[in-house]
Amino acid sequence: MKEENKKDAVAETSVPAQEAPPVEAAEGPAAPAEEGAAIDPAAQEPAEGHAAQGEEKGFLADNVRSLSPMQLVLKRFFRSKLSLIGLATIVALFLFCWLGPLFSPYGEETIDYDANGRLNVTVTEIKIPLTDENGDYVYDEDGNQVTVSVWRVQKSEMLVDTLANPSAEHWFGTDKNGYDVLTRIMYGGRVSLTLSLIVVLLETVFGVILGGLAGYFGKWVDSLIMRIVDIFNCIPTLPLLLIIGSVLEGAGVDPNDRIYFMMVFLTLFGWTGIARIVRGQILSLREQEFMVSATARGLSTARKIFRHLVPNVMPQLIVSMTLGLGSVILMEASLSYLGMGVPLTKASWGGMINDVKDPTVLQNYLNLWVPPGICIVLAVLGFNFIGDGLRDAFDPKAKR
Amino acid sequence: MLFKNKKTTSSDGAQPAKTKAPIADAHYLSVRESRAIAKSNARVIRALEKRKKRTHVSESEYLCEMQDPNNIVEFDDLRTYFFTDAGVSKAVDGVTFSIPRGATVGVVGESGCGKSVTSLSLMQLVQAPQGQIVGGSIRFNMGNKAYDIAKMPISEMRKIRGKQIAMIFQEPMTSLNPVFRIGYQLDEMVLLHTPGCTKEQAKARSLQMLELVGIAAPERVYRCYPHELSGGMRQRVMIAIALSCDPRLIIADEPTTALDVTIQAQVLDLLREIKGKIDGSIMLITHDLGVIAEMADYVVVMYAGRVIESGTTAEIFHNPLHPYTVGLQKSKPVVNRKVERLYNIPGQVPNPIDMPDYCYFKDRCTRCTARCEGEYPHFIQVSPTHRVACYLYAGEDGKGGPDA
Repeated sequence: MKEENKKDAVAETSVPAQEAPPVEAAEGPAAPAEEGAAIDPAAQEPAEGHAAQGEEKGFLADNVRSLSPMQLVLKRFFRSKLSLIGLATIVALFLFCWLGPLFSPYGEETIDYDANGRLNVTVTEIKIPLTDENGDYVYDEDGNQVTVSVWRVQKSEMLVDTLANPSAEHWFGTDKNGYDVLTRIMYGGRVSLTLSLIVVLLETVFGVILGGLAGYFGKWVDSLIMRIVDIFNCIPTLPLLLIIGSVLEGAGVDPNDRIYFMMVFLTLFGWTGIARIVRGQILSLREQEFMVSATARGLSTARKIFRHLVPNVMPQLIVSMTLGLGSVILMEASLSYLGMGVPLTKASWGGMINDVKDPTVLQNYLNLWVPPGICIVLAVLGFNFIGDGLRDAFDPKAKR
Repeated sequence: MLFKNKKTTSSDGAQPAKTKAPIADAHYLSVRESRAIAKSNARVIRALEKRKKRTHVSESEYLCEMQDPNNIVEFDDLRTYFFTDAGVSKAVDGVTFSIPRGATVGVVGESGCGKSVTSLSLMQLVQAPQGQIVGGSIRFNMGNKAYDIAKMPISEMRKIRGKQIAMIFQEPMTSLNPVFRIGYQLDEMVLLHTPGCTKEQAKARSLQMLELVGIAAPERVYRCYPHELSGGMRQRVMIAIALSCDPRLIIADEPTTALDVTIQAQVLDLLREIKGKIDGSIMLITHDLGVIAEMADYVVVMYAGRVIESGTTAEIFHNPLHPYTVGLQKSKPVVNRKVERLYNIPGQVPNPIDMPDYCYFKDRCTRCTARCEGEYPHFIQVSPTHRVACYLYAGEDGKGGPDA
């Protein structure tokens, strides 16, 4: 709905100044206020008879061109530096994750078998008991056998280029399985970003339907749905998800399908926030005069809730959706870290950080876990910046 | 009646208690009283809501006969009560009047005298669950048959709302959904009530309606959002929406109150002009007698939930009988007449909870007589169209013809 409006709005304005990119417009003089744009009815007093004539001549009011609500929101959004940074970050991440692999010589599951002559060095200590001339074992004064250590050094050509340091070939090195870290980050980002988008969309659909019903009907419907929300809010999400993970594993669910289950469960625990927001808004909106007027026009209940009330909640919804994206990414990362996410051969940001469980990696191979960590931080921050920016942009009380 | 009024004697009973109990007790309900009220309210509301929420009700249950087939609406002893925590507020208590086909009926009265509640009852839009139609009937002429709206379940009301009866609200600023274009809201109404209508037809109809209400650039306004229009323009759009399905009756609930004077005049001109073009009646609710005089064919004067006088506009304006009507007329500023201070009726409309059975206007009336202490006055038919509920015009038996 919003998208549609936006397109219409852009098509509608034909004054060049307003077609300029919003960034530029933001630095220009202040936009005409909404109030100033109201059409002056006096200009249209001649009415009826002169209507056709008026169309040709153009009315005084037709000279006033105002910004559509969507344009206003975009203008305010792009005025804020922080939201711009957020938007840039997210766009960059999306490009990185979807276009990046095209330029990478490695695939998600490509193991680099060319170790460039790196050697696998194994050192084994062999203890040989010390013997004297007679061939008897030598004992020290405590009665312990005296031994001599011999170190065997085995060198072999490495079959797989594992744990390679950052180089021109592997910008962020390779991990324990010989996967290219940079490529894995790209693919892992695809999982994190799509998963969070889908989960947030599902949450919103759920939340809007249930919150809408609760807010519109009130009484026992409201009590029932809100108590369900309370119950869901009481459940500690992480432990429960871990238990569900073990149960899934026990039930022999294909590891490749586990991600879908994860989506379902994340949705199940996430819709409550949206439902609360929608309910609260609708509770106040349904008392508005335009809803009485909608009833008087004979609209059906479903139409009133989902066609007339929900679009009014859209601003709040969009804000909470963008903020929700960040938290779902975090949730997904923690679950992957705990080994509940995508299967091992598939990449995900959380799963890559999982490598720090090995102390050697934690100490010596920062290139394995720092980059995906930074990606998570960037994604979450980016979505939060956008969310904050949108919240300010949608704020009807904003003056500028 | 569905409920028992437990507190009928409370006004007498409070008298001796006043001396003993602290003053607060006289003003506030005791815990026991309020509990009794809440209990009886809950019972009555539940029963009424249950009846209203039924589905699949056979039509025969709310079919009725019009007393006069030339009427569009007949209110017959309509009672709409609000079950509040302080007791039953009889917002509309036995209202009887009718709206003839093609006529404009003005309903006047001070704020809080039940004008709006009467019109909302007609649309079954009274704030539920507190507000309920508890008795009487509203016969609505559908053309070939008549429905009793007071008995119709909510699910059936959609047959009537919008299509048969349209409503113009007081606040054009808030009566349009802010997130939709004017065009969408007009089209929606047309599409909803015209079976088999295509989007192009709906748009054509919407533009035609916008032109009818005197909007000079319909194509432009069609694409506007409500906030881009001024109050007068928005009220025109509201009127266009109301008219778009050729309703038999238009309820205009103080359509000009929120507008400034020049726009008021424009909107009234428009309403009058449109009345000639459409084949429908208008129920005009206002507290502005000037508007009534200009627009209405018949006038109904309401006070504290009851009709106290009704007649043709000429009768009410040239021969006002009820002291309240006279007072209303006197408190209207008139051009070319010099007065020191504009008349006002002292006091205010009483809250219609536990009203005693005498003329509700008695306390504010300047022409009160000893007979006014008696029961609420019956209607006195002054002429075939003019009737008034006041003892001043009653015969010896309290019911007879004019002898004032």
